[in-house]
Amino acid sequence: MDQETLIAAIKEIVKPYTKNEEALNNISENTDFVNDLQINSANLVDIILDVEEKFNIVVDNDSMERMLNVKAAIEIIQSKLAGQ
Amino acid sequence: MTKEEVLECLPYGPSFLFVDALDHIDNEGATGHYTFHPEMECYKGHFIKYPVTPGVLLTEVMAQIGLVCLGIYITADMETCKGRSFALTSSEVHFRLPVFPGEKVTVISEKVYFRFGKLKCKVKLNNSEGKEVCSGIISGMIITRPTNA
Repeated sequence: MDQETLIAAIKEIVKPYTKNEEALNNISENTDFVNDLQINSANLVDIILDVEEKFNIVVDNDSMERMLNVKAAIEIIQSKLAGQ
Repeated sequence: MTKEEVLECLPYGPSFLFVDALDHIDNEGATGHYTFHPEMECYKGHFIKYPVTPGVLLTEVMAQIGLVCLGIYITADMETCKGRSFALTSSEVHFRLPVFPGEKVTVISEKVYFRFGKLKCKVKLNNSEGKEVCSGIISGMIITRPTNA
């Protein structure tokens, strides 16, 4: 799955949880979930569960702790998909 | 942990403890009850000459039994439970009936999930006639406060 498709999918997933619409519209690899999108830690968990469902993968604790920005999310999704 | 041990671990003082006892608890859910004391200070103002239990306190009973008791049971034992709690992160509760001073309410909570430190529960609060007063979804994140604080 290419970068652009993944970013679009992540954008849809984080949409209900973000407080900052402008940052969401400008979402890129460099977008940080907490600092840019102002997502709280409880909603980060929901985002990870939504990512699991959307891509049919299981995110482990180590990956969860790293998944704080779009770049890390893409890397984790791609590596899990490759490992299947 | 037993039902009684869970209560011993709760982080609340008498002025804000909204659990009298647990009726049942396991890894999937909790049931417990609380009776609102008719002399509670809030009834003097909510409302003037017409005391009704505030919805925020019904939500608090749901959260203390349905989220915090269940969360402590799932994540702690008697060694580790001191200071363990769950910080409320979201609640969406719909109210149907009023609760008057002195009424006993029963909370029934079912775990939706517990992952990455977040506990999400489907919670219902019934009155003593067994009628549903309110219900909704309550979530919290695991926290540990300093025990020497």
